[in-house]
Amino acid sequence: MTKPKIADLLNEPGCEHNHKKEKGKNKACTQQAKPGAAQGGCAFDGASIALVPITDAAHLVHGPIACAGNSWGSRGSLSSGATTYKMGFTTDISENDIVFGGEKRLYKAIAQVIKRYHPPAVFVYSTCVTALIGDDLDAVCEAATKKFATPIIPVNSPGFVGSKNLGNRLAGESLLDYVVGTAEPEYTTPYDINLIGEYNIAGELWGVLPLFEKVGIRVLSKITGDATFEEIRYAHRAKLNVMICSKALINMGRKMEERYGIPYIEESFYGVEDMNRCLRNIAQKIGDEALKQRVETVIAEEIAKLDIALAPYRARLKDKKMVLYTGGVKSWSVMSAAQDLGMKVVATSTKKSTEEDKAKIKKLLGKDGIQLAKGNAQEILRVIKKTQADMLVAGGRNQYTALKARIPFLDINQERHNPYAGYVGLIEMAKEFDRALHSPIWQQVRQPAPWETEESQELEVLKDTPSDIRSQKLEARS
Amino acid sequence: MTTVTKSKKSVAVNPLKQSPPLGAALAFLGLKGIVPLFHGSQGCTAFAKVLLVRHFREAIPLATTAMTEVSTILGGEDNIEQAILTLVEKAQPDLIGLLTTGLTETRGDDMNGILKSIRQRHPELDSLPIIFVSTPDYKGALQDGFAAAVQSIVSTDYGTPVETFQFNSLPQVTILAGSQLSPGDVEEIKEIVETFGLKPLMIPDLSGSVDGHLDDDYNSKTPGGTSLEQLQQLDRSLFTIAIGESMRPAAEILQQRFGTEYEVIPRLAGLAPVDSFIWQLAQIIDAQTDPRFLGSPQIPARYKRQRRQLQDAILDTHFYLGGKKISLALEPDLLYQTIWLLKDMGAEIQAAVTTTKSPLLKELAIDNVTIGDLEDLEDLAVGSDLIITNSQGKGLADKLNIPLYRMGYPIYDRLGNGSRCLVGYRGTMQFLFDLGNIFIELGH
Ligand code: SF4
Repeated sequence: MTKPKIADLLNEPGCEHNHKKEKGKNKACTQQAKPGAAQGGCAFDGASIALVPITDAAHLVHGPIACAGNSWGSRGSLSSGATTYKMGFTTDISENDIVFGGEKRLYKAIAQVIKRYHPPAVFVYSTCVTALIGDDLDAVCEAATKKFATPIIPVNSPGFVGSKNLGNRLAGESLLDYVVGTAEPEYTTPYDINLIGEYNIAGELWGVLPLFEKVGIRVLSKITGDATFEEIRYAHRAKLNVMICSKALINMGRKMEERYGIPYIEESFYGVEDMNRCLRNIAQKIGDEALKQRVETVIAEEIAKLDIALAPYRARLKDKKMVLYTGGVKSWSVMSAAQDLGMKVVATSTKKSTEEDKAKIKKLLGKDGIQLAKGNAQEILRVIKKTQADMLVAGGRNQYTALKARIPFLDINQERHNPYAGYVGLIEMAKEFDRALHSPIWQQVRQPAPWETEESQELEVLKDTPSDIRSQKLEARS
Repeated sequence: MTTVTKSKKSVAVNPLKQSPPLGAALAFLGLKGIVPLFHGSQGCTAFAKVLLVRHFREAIPLATTAMTEVSTILGGEDNIEQAILTLVEKAQPDLIGLLTTGLTETRGDDMNGILKSIRQRHPELDSLPIIFVSTPDYKGALQDGFAAAVQSIVSTDYGTPVETFQFNSLPQVTILAGSQLSPGDVEEIKEIVETFGLKPLMIPDLSGSVDGHLDDDYNSKTPGGTSLEQLQQLDRSLFTIAIGESMRPAAEILQQRFGTEYEVIPRLAGLAPVDSFIWQLAQIIDAQTDPRFLGSPQIPARYKRQRRQLQDAILDTHFYLGGKKISLALEPDLLYQTIWLLKDMGAEIQAAVTTTKSPLLKELAIDNVTIGDLEDLEDLAVGSDLIITNSQGKGLADKLNIPLYRMGYPIYDRLGNGSRCLVGYRGTMQFLFDLGNIFIELGH
């Protein structure tokens, strides 16, 4: 990847982050860990998050064992078909390759992957070491594409160029440059849309796709949750791009508008409000009166069903206070879901949020709400104490912070196991909130041992007193 | 003698190994009040952290020097300095464990020079030991990184202890605990040594830091493990017991530095290996007592009893294990221990795959061992009765329809990895029962 290209991506005009007054690179996209501070994932991590969900492709990591060996197979995206994406492929380069260059090894690796597994495409990721030694990924991929008559797609995402966020965009660039527009769908309809930035973590898509089907919207390409390589190739024939994880792949939305004239909208699947708005906005953009009507009917049906299902949870969750600590768009998504359930978000992080997100968060939070601009474990603990929150909702990494602080915890990020999207997702979320909050374990993990209570300390003192006096004292106490 | 085959492939498919820096960080986590600091780009630390958190289900303090493309080319001195200063301010660590990664090793930062000049600029860091280890990602596996870190731990000068020598303290033995040992294993070893009336100095001691106990405070450094004060007393040990062949170089370093004699115990599961460990401890005690008194050494009653229990368990389980074909993919030390234990039970070893070189690989109870990946295991394991490897083997075990017993790193889909113990008499029994139960379940 050339320097100018990365600079372009950082200044992505579609990105809210860049509408701030200050000049130069904005923080959220360049955001790299500071030395000695807690750390997030690298650009390579971000690129794999965005591309690995393509289920029938092989994902080959060109680098030493650190990048793939420590991470393969740990993504939470689910598949309804192929499982090739779950395999870990890496060139696992050695010292020799570093001295003499790793291009030959990479080429052979591609050949071996194709020979044994016949994937429809191979995504090849560069990493810090192979970028530093100057391996020409693009050239190797080009040669291999010709030789093996299979698309071999370079993803120039070495960790050291930036954060996960930037990695997402680099992944988007690879799709734009090498995949989108290289095939045609069997047929098209006026109601074809693409979903961009939804990765089918824990099978979330499956809670939403039936809704689209019900109202008569066809999802042409899923980018990239539970996708086949083929469907992304003809994504350019959709009538509308629906961006789900907001900014992560925003460059795809904007550039597909430029290149193919496909408009894009930014939506969320979390919470009733958002889900309603999403369906209505899509109908508004591509639909006729009939589609709009069907959307209203389905929304009415779903809400009626939901009210019945949620009633017992609403009663139990009412006015419970939560501290929400999660990145970017998920903040307001979860907040609106929590509101649907009658819960109060007393503090939330705005760490990776755009100005637009922040404004939404502010509205939902009310005037007493605390916005956590930065957060480490101690900061979260302090806010929990101050607000006397009933629970912490955060990414898996903070689970142990909550457990050590001994308050209820719910995991809301990448590695989670429950789908929260769509109307059904709200029921799932309500169940989880309820289960976490009302679990009998919290009292036990807070409970001091009998010998740690004040009373036992007293007994400790009494230990040295003669036994008759001791029993008198004990009697007096009871 | 076993032939060692190295996979000829240019691609690792479903890698078995993890990176050496991860191993080094793991070893450092067995010291108290430490923060392992990765000198590299941020992602390496994040991946290592996620893996360890998922395995232990514990908070794991790891930090990064956050190298970027530019700082890599310019050299890492500023980032290392800033990282150390930030850690000192934020976490007040007793120790820092600094390790390199593939990126910074490829660049070739002069780490000793850098540390020297940081020390010169910051005399306030004089009392903070920085344990440094070089762990390029492209050389070796987790076990190598772990072993290298242990060598650095025993090579570092920790200054003289503050308090004076206590004459009445128990005789101390250094135990070098290799990467094949889980926190639960380490706990068991400590207990055995203590029962003999010896004071174990564990290098490292994972049982205090990632064993899954609930602490009262949030920690940005390790809450337990071997402390700086203990490290200052390394020279006082009567003897070194190195558990795992990969610990031998560290034992040699201790011998050179302090003249401490050592013994390597390459495996600690199975009747005979545990016997010789117990016997070793008894002899250390024996050498302490009056040499004119020549009786046979005293073995604590509990171990005599456990030994008989194990013999009984061997008898009970051999019906299920005998003749079973087992395929394994583990790091060398763990592979050696497990293969021999299975062999001693009358099982047959169908295939063995491992991650890295080791002198032990020539001495396995099988004709051939492959340094390779889980694709190699998948090819070799067809038709076996049981597969033993980490959680990443789930896919191939399902595909081949063979039950999987999880060992090694990472184990994502089982609870209790912080406390599981598979060494000593008791741990061996646990292992045999676990396997026996799998076969009973299958109706074999
Ligand atoms: S930071 Fe670089 S070397 Fe480390 S995991 Fe990311 S790409 Fe690999």
